[in-house]
Amino acid sequence: MTTPSQTIGPFFERLLREEQRVLAGPGAAGERIRIEGRLLDGDGVPVPDGMVEIWQADAHGRYHHPLDRRDSPIDPAFSGFGRAGTDDDGRFWFETVRPGAVPYRDGVYQAPHVMMTVFARGLLDHLVTRLYFADDPRTEADPVLARVPPARRPTLLARREGDAYRFDVVLQGPIERETVFFSFTT
Amino acid sequence: MSEVLTTDRDVFPPFLYEAYRSTIKRAPSQAPIQLLPTLSELTGPGPQLSAVEAEDADLTINAGTGGQAIGQRIIVTGRVLDHEGLALPNTLVEVWQANASGRYLHRSDQWPGQLDPNFLGIGRCLTDGDGRYRFLTVRPGAYPWRNHLNAWRPAHIHFSLFGASGASRLITQMYFPDDLLLALDPIFQSAPGRDRMVSAYDGAVTEPEWALGYSWDIVLRGPRATPFEPPR
Repeated sequence: MTTPSQTIGPFFERLLREEQRVLAGPGAAGERIRIEGRLLDGDGVPVPDGMVEIWQADAHGRYHHPLDRRDSPIDPAFSGFGRAGTDDDGRFWFETVRPGAVPYRDGVYQAPHVMMTVFARGLLDHLVTRLYFADDPRTEADPVLARVPPARRPTLLARREGDAYRFDVVLQGPIERETVFFSFTT
Repeated sequence: MSEVLTTDRDVFPPFLYEAYRSTIKRAPSQAPIQLLPTLSELTGPGPQLSAVEAEDADLTINAGTGGQAIGQRIIVTGRVLDHEGLALPNTLVEVWQANASGRYLHRSDQWPGQLDPNFLGIGRCLTDGDGRYRFLTVRPGAYPWRNHLNAWRPAHIHFSLFGASGASRLITQMYFPDDLLLALDPIFQSAPGRDRMVSAYDGAVTEPEWALGYSWDIVLRGPRATPFEPPR
């Protein structure tokens, strides 16, 4: 029987493993991108004691993980994992590369995306969402986005602002503003 | 077959649990959208993080001051298992905790509990071939929080694990048996499966003239152990 989750609490900064905001080492393949966002509560107030983790494929769409058994080479300069605490304004950022498309099933591919997991005081379990790129033509055909009601899809789209992709996570709000979160079954 | 992997609500706390006031503005109002896991959820950073060297699992001395932490010395050990009961070897287990006075080494923890210069409250280890982890530490103290009048958190140790996939990610808290504060704590009470977060005193782990022993097994969520073959 599984062990229940509990909140990360307010006190984890520098107590849990150190942050990793830069995912792409020198020589990592692909287009360098910066992701910036804010974590906001149901009143639109920044959450200053949250933590965001990301996980993504490399520029060739390859996950640095033993279950990804495809033949394409793994980029040794790219880990795919990032972790950042939110600051006093609820902000987080990562420097990474634009991920490639990854397999869905039956030969269909998913649009490039970044998995995002959110922890905070007041979250008794973490939340899982997905960041897609609003300016990528493949996003529209993504099989996972297709499961999301159209009015809620924009909450999963990162939009280019200056030299960064902007992606805010709204924990609670009107249905068209509250970020879509996922859970998984088999 | 329809088995919920990441949100077993018979065991896990709900997002909204009003007695824990911080959930009121932070719990999503919409239920999560359920999906079959794809390669994106079946993978995760766990294996590469677990590939690092075993790190300091002795919290009584890992401040590196040459001194020992003050408090009741305890051994906390147990196995990390998947939801089918299989041991998870070589898995990273991270812990953090308050010191014996109930004070965290954290800029925002300002209550007048005493700091201990010989205690950081940070530990890490990898599970062995049987999925077993082991920490030597001191029993954390209870500490006050402002959820309600005289709210005191029961003694607890925070645990963070990745497991093999994104779906197995877990952050939780381990509690101690016979702690009277458990009945009063809304964070503990929020979880229907709360009994699974309480460690057991273990005479076989206790070491004479040295430390009390507590046992606690951790069972991670899916995905199923069945190998997954992504399309080539």
